[in-house]
Amino acid sequence: MLSVAVEHRLGDFRLDAAFDSTGGLTALFGRSGAGKTSLVNAIAGLIRPDRGRITLEDTTLTDTERGVFVPARRRHIGYVFQEGRLFPHLTVRQNLLYGRWFARERRDAARPGEVEHVVDLLGIGDLLARRPANLSGGEKQRVAIGRALLAHPRLLVMDEPLASLDEARKAEILPYVERLRDDTRIPIVYVSHQVAEVARLATTLVVLSEGRVAAAGPTAAIMGRIDLFPLTGRAEAGAILSTRVAEHDVRFGLTTLRAAAGDLRVPYIDLRLGAPMRVRIRARDVMIAVEPPHGLSALNVLPGTVAEIGHADGPIVEIRLDCAGEALVARLTRRSVESLGLEPGRQVYAVIKSIAFDHHSIAGAAPAAPGADAETRHG
Amino acid sequence: MTPLFAFTPDELTAIRLSLWVAFWAMLASLPVGIAAALVLARGRFWGKALLDATVHLPLVMPPVVTGYLLLLLFGRNGPLGRFLAESFGIVFAFRWTGAALACAVMGFPLMVRSIRLSLDAVDRRLEAAAGTLGASAPWIFATITLPGILAGMILAFARALGEFGATITFVSNIPGETQTIPTAIYMLLQEPGGDLAALRLTLVSIAISLAALIAAEPLMARAARRALGL
Repeated sequence: MLSVAVEHRLGDFRLDAAFDSTGGLTALFGRSGAGKTSLVNAIAGLIRPDRGRITLEDTTLTDTERGVFVPARRRHIGYVFQEGRLFPHLTVRQNLLYGRWFARERRDAARPGEVEHVVDLLGIGDLLARRPANLSGGEKQRVAIGRALLAHPRLLVMDEPLASLDEARKAEILPYVERLRDDTRIPIVYVSHQVAEVARLATTLVVLSEGRVAAAGPTAAIMGRIDLFPLTGRAEAGAILSTRVAEHDVRFGLTTLRAAAGDLRVPYIDLRLGAPMRVRIRARDVMIAVEPPHGLSALNVLPGTVAEIGHADGPIVEIRLDCAGEALVARLTRRSVESLGLEPGRQVYAVIKSIAFDHHSIAGAAPAAPGADAETRHG
Repeated sequence: MTPLFAFTPDELTAIRLSLWVAFWAMLASLPVGIAAALVLARGRFWGKALLDATVHLPLVMPPVVTGYLLLLLFGRNGPLGRFLAESFGIVFAFRWTGAALACAVMGFPLMVRSIRLSLDAVDRRLEAAAGTLGASAPWIFATITLPGILAGMILAFARALGEFGATITFVSNIPGETQTIPTAIYMLLQEPGGDLAALRLTLVSIAISLAALIAAEPLMARAARRALGL
């Protein structure tokens, strides 16, 4: 378990944040300038906070009261930087082995075949002899992840590792990060300001705003909170449903995903039946009906009750539905809310078009082949 | 008429001696040069400007003055020269060691300058990245910082090959002991019919300088690999 509570002043900016992480992938989410990077730098030992305490498992890394400050190189925290920071004068192989060299004295170091395993996990076998200058942005980040992994980290810190990449490269890396989260037992702290990334990757979400923690908790619970929409970004805001692949419809090229709230039909996803999928349903893609709709082209209708109506922002209102215990959010006009007579407790039907689902909103286990993602495969 | 590349034994000796002197000049001044460059590039302290000026002094002083000062300090009767001769048996006056000392002193500002430039060019963020991978400060220096300054060392070596004024003032121009390529060229130009030999040594001088420049690039990569033990 990682436990962080720090105060730090940088010029006019004041960081005063605390959170705990119990493994999996913890995302630090917030706008630029919210203090995300300062916070992970404090965890990694790259900055010494003015006050505070950071512990990882049973080790105290920083404790200003007791004068404890473990230097970065003794923390065994793998750091994947936004710009990769590969060593330009070394080959990919030498970059990968750099940290391993210093980890060799530790007991748990040098498991046989681990280099091959990491190289395989990240799909960088063909790059080993190359120099960083000859790699694409996505390849660089994969090598940077491999380099951090091979140093045998107790915790992996990733500071907006996809920020400098275009959409295609992001889609290339995301499955590897998912694999990392699911296949290795290394806890990850992941910094991002992209809702889509966080929704897809995070097990725990810590929302930072102006140097403070605005909210923290399981990703689905936080993403479903409409009071946080101003912070999580209204346009992209949406709830997250945990589903499993239930059925493939070859004739129409559709896949049925089963959630507690009901079935969702989405464009075909090449995953075996039973595979877990995480689906983000953007509030702007959800329509509300007060009666079971008929004669409608949309394939997905989930029954639920209105749980909460948010504060109006001009003509727009967000409402939260309770669909068999799962949260779903919808973005409506104030006019619709009034004319439908929506109020907490009212039985309604959420309508979602199948084509609202794309690779930004669907994420599951790693795809069958590395480098491919859900969107490019349904054709 | 002798062919252009028929070197006389004296000329060969001058070439060998030049390389030898420049090599030791570079090697001996390297630790001091790195330390001075590190302090000047990254340190913040009172008197930094004065240290900076002192380091650059040999660059702006007439080489003859530097050579004469070396003679006063390190000559047989100089305070340092006598001390080193009596305590350690190290004699500089009219020896190749003296030529190396003169080259080292004269090349020092350039060495510090180029190392400092490379240190400024070394990405501090890469050093931080190496730290998170478990590397200690000396290791970071050897594997990340140093490869960037190796080019500076080679340039300092090439510069030492060309030292003339301080060398001839301090240790004179003794064939086989202190006569390097520049002093040999100078002497040949004083003799009637020495033009061809002077041209020969000039070409050699150009070739060595070029080779040093070309060698800088792959050496950087190799040094880094070796430091890692890969």
